[in-house]
Amino acid sequence: MIYPKPQFRERYENFIGGQWMPPIGNAYFDDVSPVDGSVIAAVPRSTEKDIDCAVSAAEKAFQSWRNTSASERSNILFRIAQRIEDNFEELARIECWENGKPIRETLTADIPLVIDHFRYFGSVIRAEAGDVSDLDPTTVSMEIHEPLGVVGQIIPWNFPILMAAWKLAPALAAGNCVVLKPAEQTPVSILAVMEMISDLLPPGVVNVVNGFGPEAGKPLASHPRVRKIAFTGETTTGRLIMQYASENLIPVTLELGGKSPNIFFASVMESDDSFLDKALEGFTMFALNQGEVCTCPSRALIQENIYDEFMERAIKRVQAIKLGDPLDSTTMMGAQASNDQYQKILNYLDIGKKEGAKVLTGGGPAKIEKYPNGFYIQPTILEGHNKMRVFQEEIFGPVVSVTTFKDEDEALEIANDTLYGLGAGVWSRDMHQVQTITRGIEAGRVWVNCYHLYPANASFGGYKHSGIGRETHKYVLNHYRHVKNVLISFGKKPLGLF
Amino acid sequence: MTEYPRVEITKRASELVDRLREQHGELIFHQSGGCCDGSSPMCLKKGDLRIGAQDVLLGEIHGCPFYMSAAQFEYWKHTHLTIDVTEGRGSSFSLEIPLGLRFVTKSRLFTEEEAKALKPVRTGDAKA
Repeated sequence: MIYPKPQFRERYENFIGGQWMPPIGNAYFDDVSPVDGSVIAAVPRSTEKDIDCAVSAAEKAFQSWRNTSASERSNILFRIAQRIEDNFEELARIECWENGKPIRETLTADIPLVIDHFRYFGSVIRAEAGDVSDLDPTTVSMEIHEPLGVVGQIIPWNFPILMAAWKLAPALAAGNCVVLKPAEQTPVSILAVMEMISDLLPPGVVNVVNGFGPEAGKPLASHPRVRKIAFTGETTTGRLIMQYASENLIPVTLELGGKSPNIFFASVMESDDSFLDKALEGFTMFALNQGEVCTCPSRALIQENIYDEFMERAIKRVQAIKLGDPLDSTTMMGAQASNDQYQKILNYLDIGKKEGAKVLTGGGPAKIEKYPNGFYIQPTILEGHNKMRVFQEEIFGPVVSVTTFKDEDEALEIANDTLYGLGAGVWSRDMHQVQTITRGIEAGRVWVNCYHLYPANASFGGYKHSGIGRETHKYVLNHYRHVKNVLISFGKKPLGLF
Repeated sequence: MTEYPRVEITKRASELVDRLREQHGELIFHQSGGCCDGSSPMCLKKGDLRIGAQDVLLGEIHGCPFYMSAAQFEYWKHTHLTIDVTEGRGSSFSLEIPLGLRFVTKSRLFTEEEAKALKPVRTGDAKA
């Protein structure tokens, strides 16, 4: 089935203080679809003044939002989830067209997960309680949670709505007000959500300001009245954001990507069964979302004694990927999100070949007849060794670099020989081996006999250069609030010191 | 003896540097890594990013020092970089983004001859 192209407005505005506001400088930029290279809509090119206006609106809203009950915030999050669910297909088509990902992903993963994250955080704040310690018969210590205030959130373009939900849902659940800047490649997906849910939130609780990193992102990250910054992106900007935060002495959470190993032990081939089939699918997961996933399993490590046989099947599996019209429900892989990403991936294929990596399949651009101006790349397997740059850098494209290992020690050595530590996959039928490898891997998320699952109640975040802090799971609530200790004495006698 | 550069810049990218310099003053490049727009070079106003002991100065391109984190350099040091420019919409804080252009890094291996006589690198700020 081919879904109809979504309808867009000609122009979108910023959402500040519950109103749709044109940017103060009255400048706009074109949002381009990577599916066919056409212009979707004009989007505000905001500056420091717009950010300042949004921070003020958020500060004002915080005065009452901070005092809402957990049940009130929970109910609002449930209503947001319901509204998104009611408009689920429309959002799936919008995100597909704006990001280039296949509609089957937005229908079955992105949007259902968005709904689930709002419901999860709506639920979890109802079920939790602070701590009370009865220190002695007349002294009680209470740990109380309080929101931080206005938080700034900078959203990436690879899962435009889901990444916004990962940050928005816990921030709101914890009682904060938000100024959010969508990625400049994919602003409209978030603006479409805001149009649908704007009546559900008190004015100023969520503000969306669009624009470019240096013009709008930087003023948000360095704003003196913002109490916390959450960012997903690359390492240089991550460092800048920490630096600005240090000037304001505020906390940051950073998710900065990875080069995740997906490790296949010999036992996966002990039987030609459904589990082997699952493992081969697990290998092919590098192509999910065109490889534009921070946890893309972009390094596959295969035990050497099964390498030939495993790869023969894996190559067939990858060659069966259907690349094409993202709005076609049978399409498995769509367009890369922008021209510069497309160019970057081609540059990586080039240096990979120059370094001596062997192309096992794919290796170049792809042409989709229907959309000659879209940005498409063939799903690619490169064979090489872990010191090559294609094994060390996040390509953010449908490219997996494959190498072999001898035993568990070597598997761990290669897996951990990377600057990053976001995700990892372990495939084995031996539970003892699974435990050894899982504990040995330096990464925030280790998938065992599965990959690319993102339930709301499983924490996500990085070791090493992959970042600071966690997202999803109720752990993240503590990145969005203070702990206030209230120490109460019920005794009447003075200490006798003064 | 000839010393070979580790990083160079195309004419088109130099012209973009000129345009940005006119608007922002002195500039630097810092090669990023990681997610999304990672692996792209970032063009920043000099003094914006704090360059420290964990950064390596690879050289200068069109009057701008070019840095990379020392840990990343370990994996990149055998390759020659050319900074070019392409049309596109990057995110990140790189200064050219509002122009609808993006600096990109193209790479190749050093030749044997080059590898023997590379310009030495140093850590920390260019002016330190």
